[in-house]
Amino acid sequence: MKQSIKIGLIGGLVAVLLALIGMVEAFSQRDIISGIISMGHTLLLLVAVFMGYLAAKRTVGSRPLRILANSLLCGLVVGALLACLVLLGHVVNLRTVFVNAMPPLYQLLTFNQELGTGILILLGAGVLSGVFAGMLYLVPGLARRILIISLSSIVGVGVLQDMLRPTFSLWGPLAIINEWLYTANGLTLSGAFGLFILIAAGSYFWARRGNAIRTDLQRMPATRQRVLKAGVFIILIVVLLALPRVLGLFLSEVITIVGLYVLLGLGLNIVVGYAGLLDLGYVAFFAIGAYTMAILTSPELGFFSLSFWEALPFSIIMGVLSGVILGIPVLKMRGDYLAIVTLGFGEIIRILVLSDFLRPWLGGAQGIAKIPKAHLGNFEFSGPQQIYYLILAGCLLVGLISYKLRDSRLGRAWMAVREDEDVAQAMGINLVATKLLAFATGAGFSALSGAIFASKLASVYPHSFNVMISINIVCVIIVGGMGSIPGVIVGSIALVGLPELLREFAEYRLFVYGTALVAMMLLRPEGLLPEAVRRRELHEEEIPKTGSDLVEESGSIK
Amino acid sequence: MLKQLRERITPTDIVMWVIGGAILALIIWGSVATLIAGRYSRYHWFDFLVFGLAQGSVYALIAMGYTLVYGVLRMINFAHSEVFMSGPYTAYYVAAAFYRSGFLDSHPILSLMVVFLVAMATSTLIAFLLERVAYRPLRNAPRLIPLITAIGASFFLQYTFRGLYGSGFQAYPVVKLLEGEIVFGEFRILRIHLVVIVAAALLLIALYSFIQRTRVGKAIRAVSEDKEASYLMGIDVDRMIVTTFVIGGMSAGAAGVLYALMFKQVHFFMGFIPGIKAFTAAVLGGIGNIPGAMLGGIFLGLFETLGPSLFLDGLGIRAPYQLKDAIAFTMLVLILIFRPTGILGERLAVKKA
Repeated sequence: MKQSIKIGLIGGLVAVLLALIGMVEAFSQRDIISGIISMGHTLLLLVAVFMGYLAAKRTVGSRPLRILANSLLCGLVVGALLACLVLLGHVVNLRTVFVNAMPPLYQLLTFNQELGTGILILLGAGVLSGVFAGMLYLVPGLARRILIISLSSIVGVGVLQDMLRPTFSLWGPLAIINEWLYTANGLTLSGAFGLFILIAAGSYFWARRGNAIRTDLQRMPATRQRVLKAGVFIILIVVLLALPRVLGLFLSEVITIVGLYVLLGLGLNIVVGYAGLLDLGYVAFFAIGAYTMAILTSPELGFFSLSFWEALPFSIIMGVLSGVILGIPVLKMRGDYLAIVTLGFGEIIRILVLSDFLRPWLGGAQGIAKIPKAHLGNFEFSGPQQIYYLILAGCLLVGLISYKLRDSRLGRAWMAVREDEDVAQAMGINLVATKLLAFATGAGFSALSGAIFASKLASVYPHSFNVMISINIVCVIIVGGMGSIPGVIVGSIALVGLPELLREFAEYRLFVYGTALVAMMLLRPEGLLPEAVRRRELHEEEIPKTGSDLVEESGSIK
Repeated sequence: MLKQLRERITPTDIVMWVIGGAILALIIWGSVATLIAGRYSRYHWFDFLVFGLAQGSVYALIAMGYTLVYGVLRMINFAHSEVFMSGPYTAYYVAAAFYRSGFLDSHPILSLMVVFLVAMATSTLIAFLLERVAYRPLRNAPRLIPLITAIGASFFLQYTFRGLYGSGFQAYPVVKLLEGEIVFGEFRILRIHLVVIVAAALLLIALYSFIQRTRVGKAIRAVSEDKEASYLMGIDVDRMIVTTFVIGGMSAGAAGVLYALMFKQVHFFMGFIPGIKAFTAAVLGGIGNIPGAMLGGIFLGLFETLGPSLFLDGLGIRAPYQLKDAIAFTMLVLILIFRPTGILGERLAVKKA
């Protein structure tokens, strides 16, 4: 009872905070189901349902009524706190302090009704989501999973409407789906229902038959498995090659940005994920790569005018060299100190580039413009749809290198250093060489990314290289899972691609990053797609005991 | 003997010493060149000195938070810069309301006290919540994890305040009492600088005696020596950790108001640079060491205001003041490389870092 009120209060405060920082209102521009529910409401409902579920889970005893009562109470408290906000907003002008406490927010919270009815509806919504959460807790596991999967995919399809709609309409036969599923803003009601049934049926089928299919696959003869794998691989390559044609200009731009982050992430993954050296100044190498490219190719400064391909090796070499140079001083540092010093390095480089002192060589605050595009024969990597191939090639190359490095002697040395430097040294690993190689490799990848970035934008400015980029990349690899290559890709798509697609997200990007980092560290420190070793490491106590352990234990009792 | 020496010095050490020597030589050369050129009169130097002291004492107050938390938890509270920001930013609304109603001009001291109280309360609340929500569940996690959490919390707080109060700069109201200059013989001091220095000094003394003299202070010191032993001695370790965060939050809130009064504006990103500077100060004095943090803060403040004109100018660098932040960061890097224990370093040998 007390517990559920407490959980409800926490949830209510979270909801009020979300409303006050303007997230709810910004998100309400987009409807999930047209005219029925917007993204902003969904956000609040999610908070209420999550807290209600928590309250149900924490209930002592297993009487269903009691559980339901607790989650209902929790939902009610969440609704009540929001109602308090609305009432307070009507009495006092909160706008003088909180910029987002404006009439549209209150209208949103009262569902565009009169104050009295609106608040009743708000409380009702709280109660309903509480009851829903309680039910969710009470139904058997399979049904819960199906419900969660299908509801979240409706939300997902609704949120990504801007991306899915144009893609569907490009393809003749799929245009019908488009009309059935979407209105101008949000899903149609019938579309949402259809989708729900479809996905529920699909996930039910998979839950029933999934294991059987998987074992069938495993039982297949080795040759056929190999053919299947090759087939999947070829399809993947074809899809990757065709992607910019299929997706159109805007989405190609988004993908190139995601691709640049994948490149950067793969580089930092070596430093942080493999070798365990938390580098917060990683943007420095990105800047060095980009500026080397700019200085060597741009006619504006007039020192050199090499082509992209001629300058690229120099960019990478400069990156590697600076990785070594900045790596030497920090060799003896660990953990926090390393993080702060690298952060300092990143800032020093940015301040130097920005200063008037180095302006004749680096362009100062105006940066360097007129960087030529890359050419390959007659093919010019001009727009995002062409640059995409350059980035894709870079990603594949870097991905392959880091995949090969992971299981190499060097890769294992890095992981040994990550686990315990002293022991690694005692085992004969040369700490200096190992760490410097990690810094150098990471820096080289970052410089490559920077060089492509410079050619993509055709200009470089010091403001493109601030500390936020470093933080973004750290977020990408941490959310994806430290040390995991697929994790980097997933992390980039989730943290870089999504905010690019959802324009209302852009404002709250770093808010979401911060939340994601904290939540990730508290709930799932190994990341979304963790590397096997790391998962085992962070969840040591949860690994089921082996038979021999159990025998020993029971033996000791006797 | 020679052979022994040769074995102990690695190539990296030599590289490091060469770099260090080169930087030291540059500093000396630059300073001598500036002094010979005589571009600045002694009034200029006095101004730099006072401004440096004022800034340094604010850094010292913030650095207390870093150093105390590092002492008890062995972690860098990366989000401390946001604890610092939250106080004056929230108190701005109180100050602005006082200003509008004319209360600020009629009762300046009383209203400043209220502003300080609000700022300190907000910062303390944020620090308390930070510990409770983000750090406590991770008490025994691997080292990297609390650090990443702290970075995440830092951004979360920054953008929460951005969402709450808006993204623009807010001009702190002018307190008439703090305007103007005071004349000491032939030197003049801005009144606000004097107030900041005195207020910060009082707060630092109060903090120091709290830590050194009271039972709670003693318990905090015990916890930072050895958590388990102090637990066995009957100290409530969790409570002491919370108290540490609360003290750090209070001093950060007070420092924030002083900073806002000095620079006259608040912004959601205002914590970042002073935060890193204060961290530098804490490291400079030897992190975990309380008098060290004070000394480090003041030293850094002086170094930063005197440095650009003292040695960068002499080297013929254009617009040296732009490189002020770079000096602080370079100094941080240099200390961590050459003397990670700091000036008064007693704790934190390499093995603990």
